[in-house]
Amino acid sequence: MQARKLTTGAVFFFLAMVVYVGNVLGILFTVILNSASKGWYSGVLPKILTGEWYAYVASDHNIPYLLFITFVVAVTVVAAAILIGFPAAYVLSRSEFRGKAALLTLFLLPMIVPPMTYGIPLAMVLYKFHLAARVIGVILANLVPIVPFVILILMPFIEQVGANLESAAQMLGARRWTVFRRVLVPLTLPGILTAGILSIVKTISMFELTYLVAGAKSQTIVVALYADAYAAGARPPQAVDALAVIYFLTTMVCLVIALRFVSPTQMVFKIK
Amino acid sequence: MQPGLRGGRFLLLLPALLFVLLLFVYPFLYGLFLSFTTASGAPTLANYARFFLDPWESRTIWVTLWISVPATLINVALAIPFAVFMRHGIRGEKIVTFFLIVPLTLGTVLVSEGMLTYLGPNGWLNQLLQGIGIVTKPVRFTHNYTGVLLSLVIQGFPFAFLMILGYVSGINPDLEKASRMLGASRLATFARVLFPLMVPGIAICFCLNFVMAFSVFPSAMLLGEPSGPTRVIAIAAWQWAFEKFDFNTASAISMVMALIELIVISAVLVWRNRMYRGASMVGKG
Amino acid sequence: MKDFTRFDIRDVTKEFDGKTALSSFSLSISHGEFVTFLGPSGCGKSTALNCVAGLLPITRGEISIDGEPIDDGRRKVPPEKRGFGLVFQNYALFPHLSVFGNVAFGLHIRKLPKADVLDRVQAALKLVHLEGHEGKYPAQLSGGEQQRVAIARCIVLEPRLLMLDEPLSNLDAKLRVEMRNELLALHTRLKVTTIYVTHDQQEALALSDRIVVMRLGRIQQIGTPQQVYSDPANLFVADFMGFKNIWDGDLASLHERADGLDAEVVVAGTHLRARLPYAEGDPRRDALLAASRTDRKVTTAIRPEDVCVGKNPDGSCIRARVMLVEYQGQASFVTARGDSGTTIELRPPTPVRMADTLELRIAPEKMFVFAGSRE
Repeated sequence: MQARKLTTGAVFFFLAMVVYVGNVLGILFTVILNSASKGWYSGVLPKILTGEWYAYVASDHNIPYLLFITFVVAVTVVAAAILIGFPAAYVLSRSEFRGKAALLTLFLLPMIVPPMTYGIPLAMVLYKFHLAARVIGVILANLVPIVPFVILILMPFIEQVGANLESAAQMLGARRWTVFRRVLVPLTLPGILTAGILSIVKTISMFELTYLVAGAKSQTIVVALYADAYAAGARPPQAVDALAVIYFLTTMVCLVIALRFVSPTQMVFKIK
Repeated sequence: MQPGLRGGRFLLLLPALLFVLLLFVYPFLYGLFLSFTTASGAPTLANYARFFLDPWESRTIWVTLWISVPATLINVALAIPFAVFMRHGIRGEKIVTFFLIVPLTLGTVLVSEGMLTYLGPNGWLNQLLQGIGIVTKPVRFTHNYTGVLLSLVIQGFPFAFLMILGYVSGINPDLEKASRMLGASRLATFARVLFPLMVPGIAICFCLNFVMAFSVFPSAMLLGEPSGPTRVIAIAAWQWAFEKFDFNTASAISMVMALIELIVISAVLVWRNRMYRGASMVGKG
Repeated sequence: MKDFTRFDIRDVTKEFDGKTALSSFSLSISHGEFVTFLGPSGCGKSTALNCVAGLLPITRGEISIDGEPIDDGRRKVPPEKRGFGLVFQNYALFPHLSVFGNVAFGLHIRKLPKADVLDRVQAALKLVHLEGHEGKYPAQLSGGEQQRVAIARCIVLEPRLLMLDEPLSNLDAKLRVEMRNELLALHTRLKVTTIYVTHDQQEALALSDRIVVMRLGRIQQIGTPQQVYSDPANLFVADFMGFKNIWDGDLASLHERADGLDAEVVVAGTHLRARLPYAEGDPRRDALLAASRTDRKVTTAIRPEDVCVGKNPDGSCIRARVMLVEYQGQASFVTARGDSGTTIELRPPTPVRMADTLELRIAPEKMFVFAGSRE
C-alpha cells in the first residue's frame, strides 16, 4: 500500500522553481537597485540611493530619441509585416498546392535560422544598396524574422474563420473586397492584434540584426544598451544599469499589454 | 481547402515571396558567392583557407560547440523532467509560466548585462554562497565560460521547457493510465511510453535550442572573454566583417556556421527517426 | 496473481473539488461474474470504474479483495500492482509500438522470456481473431481492430478482473453488435470477472450477469437483466430501461396482498388497475403505502409494447387519437393522444393511420406505479 504524501517530485520541482525564479528576480533587482545606488560595493543592499545615474544617462543619451527610434522601427516593422504577411497567411491557410510544404518551410526558415547566421550577408547586401546604417535598413533587416513570425501566428486564426463564411457572404452578394473588409478582417482582428503585439515585444528585444546592419550608433535602445555594457570601462556601471532599467520598463510595459491578449505559453512558441 | 493556386491567390502570396527571396535567399546566396570570391571578384578558396588554416580562427568552431552543446543538453535534459511533471497542470501554473517568459522577453542583452552585476564578485549570488558557507571566496561567474553558459541556460531553459511542455501535454493521458494498468511503474511508463512519444518534440527542441546557442553573440561578448576562451564563431565572423572589413572571409565564416548547424540538425533528425519508427499520430485512439 | 473469490466495494464515496461524483456505492462481485455499470453521462459509472482500477483514490469507504483492503480512503494499492485489466473507450493503444509490441507490453514489463512472450501474444491475438496483424501499427488499423488489440493486450496478462470503459461507443452500429457478440463469447470462454461500463441498455442486457443502474453518483438498482428490465426499482430505472407512458396520477385505492399490491389509479383521464409485485420489505411497497396515507400522488410507467389495441374484458378502454406514426418495420412507434390530453406511446403490431381513433387497454401486471410525482 502506498501512503499518499507529497511526492519527492513535487518537492524537487518546487525547489528548482524557487532557485530559477530567485535568480531571475535577483538579476532584475540587482540591476534596478544598482541603477539607483551609490557606492554599493558590498553588502546586501545599497546604502545610498540616488537618481544621479538617471540624470547621467539622460545627458549621455537622448532618451526620448532612443525610445522614438525604437518604437518607429518596431511599429513600422510590425505594420509592414502584417501587410506582407496577412495575404500570404490567407493563401497558405486556404489553398492546397504542390510545393506548399516547401514554400511554408521557406517562409519559416528566417525564423528558425538564427540572426547571426544570415545577418552578416544581409548586412552586406544592405550596405551594397546603401540602405545600411539608416533607419530604413534597420527596418528591413528586422522584417526578416518578423514576417514569418506574423504568418505563423495568423494562420491558425484565419483557419478558424471557416472558408464557408466567405462563401456565404459571396452568396449574399458581396464582392471580394467587401468580403475581405466586412468578414475576414473583423473576424481575424484578434489574430492581427496578437501578431502585432507579440511582434512589437519581439522587435524591441532584437539585437543582432540591428547591430549588424547599423552598428552601435543605430539608436534602438537595445543596441545602445549593449554598446554601453560592452564599453563598460567608459561609463560607470550604475549608469549602464540605469539605461538597462529604462529598457526593462519599456519591454515590460509591452509585455504586460501583450499578456492581456495572449496566454504566456502562446508567447513562447511564437516569440523565438 | 481550395486546390491549386489561381492567379489572384498567387498575387496575394507574391509580396511575402518576394520579400523572402530578396531579403533572405538573395543575401544568403550573395554571401555564398562572396565566400568563394576575393574582394575583386575572382573565384577562390582562400577565404575558407584563411578560416580553417588559422588555428586562432578554426578553434572558434570547437569553442562554440563546447559552449553550445552542453548548454543545449542541459536545457533539454532539465526541461524534460519538469515538463513531464507539469504535464497535467499544477497550481500556480500561470505564475510559473510568467517567470519563465520574462527572460525570453527581456532578451539576451539585458539578461547578460544584469548578470554582470548579479554574478559579480560582490553580487548577491556570491554573497549568498559565502553567507551559507558553500564557498569562502567569491566564485568567478563572469567574464568566463561559466557566465556564457549560465546565460545560455537562463535564456534557453524556459524556451525548451515551454516547448516540451506543450508537446507532452498533447500526449493522450489515457496512454499513461493504460501503461500503469498493464503493470508498469511510473518510471517504466516514462521510459517505455512517454519518452518515445516525446522524441519528435525533443528532437525539434534540441535543434532550435542548439541553433540559438551556437550563434550566441552578445552574451559571449558581455559575459565571456571574447578575446580568448569564449571567442565564439559569431564573434569571429563579426570581427572579419566590421573590424577587418573583409566581407569575403566573414561570409565564409557565416557559411561555415550555417553548415555546422545543418550537420548537427541532420544528426539529431537521424537519431529521431531511428527512435520513432511507428505512427506519426501522437496517441489519438 | 492469485485469483479472488470475492470483490467488495463498501460504501464508497468519491469527491472532486466539492462535487460528489460517487456516494455510498456498495457492491459485491463474485468470481467470474459479468457486472455492468449502466447509466447516462455524469452518473458516476466511469468514476466508479477508475476507483476500482486504482487510477482514482476514493474519498471514503473501502474496496477489498477477499477481505484484504486495496483502498480504504487513506492508503491504496497502486494500479500497476492490482493485476486488473482496463480497456479504454478510445483504446489507448501505444502509437509507437506495433500490434505485437502493444500486446506484449505487460509481458515485457514482467520480464518474461522471449519465447513465452511470443507464445502468449500469439494465443491472445488468436482469441481476438487478429492473427497475422502483429507487425501493423495502430494507425493502420480500423476502429474494430484497434478495439480487439486493446482487449488482447489486457487478456494476455490473465487479469483477475477485466474492466471495459464504454468500449463499443466509438464503433458504428453494425460493428457494435458484432463486437458485443465477440465479447460475450470471450467472457464465456475465459470466465474472467468483468466490470463493464456503458450507457447503452441493450449492451447491458445482452452481456451482463448483473446490472448496476446509476444516476448522479448513486446506485439506483442492482439486479439481473431480467430484474432491471421487468421489475424496475424506481421511475428513473424504468425510464432508462425503456418504459414510457410516464403519467402523473392519483391513487384511488390500494389493496395489500402478501406478495404484492393491487392499486387503482386515476390517470390519463381514466381508472386503471395495476397489479404490482412489491412484496413485504420492498421499498416501493412502503413508499406507495405512505403515499396512500398522505397526498396519494403517484406516477405510472408502462412499456409501449404493453399498451394493446382492444377493450378490457369488462368493456372499459382508453380512447386515443393517433398523432404520429413512425414506421419501423416489424412494428410502428405510434404516439397517440388520449381524451384527457395525455400522450400515449405504443407499438401496435398491426398498422394504424394518422388520426385513427384507437381503443387501448393495459394488462394490470404490465403497469408499474411509483409513489410521488415526476420531477
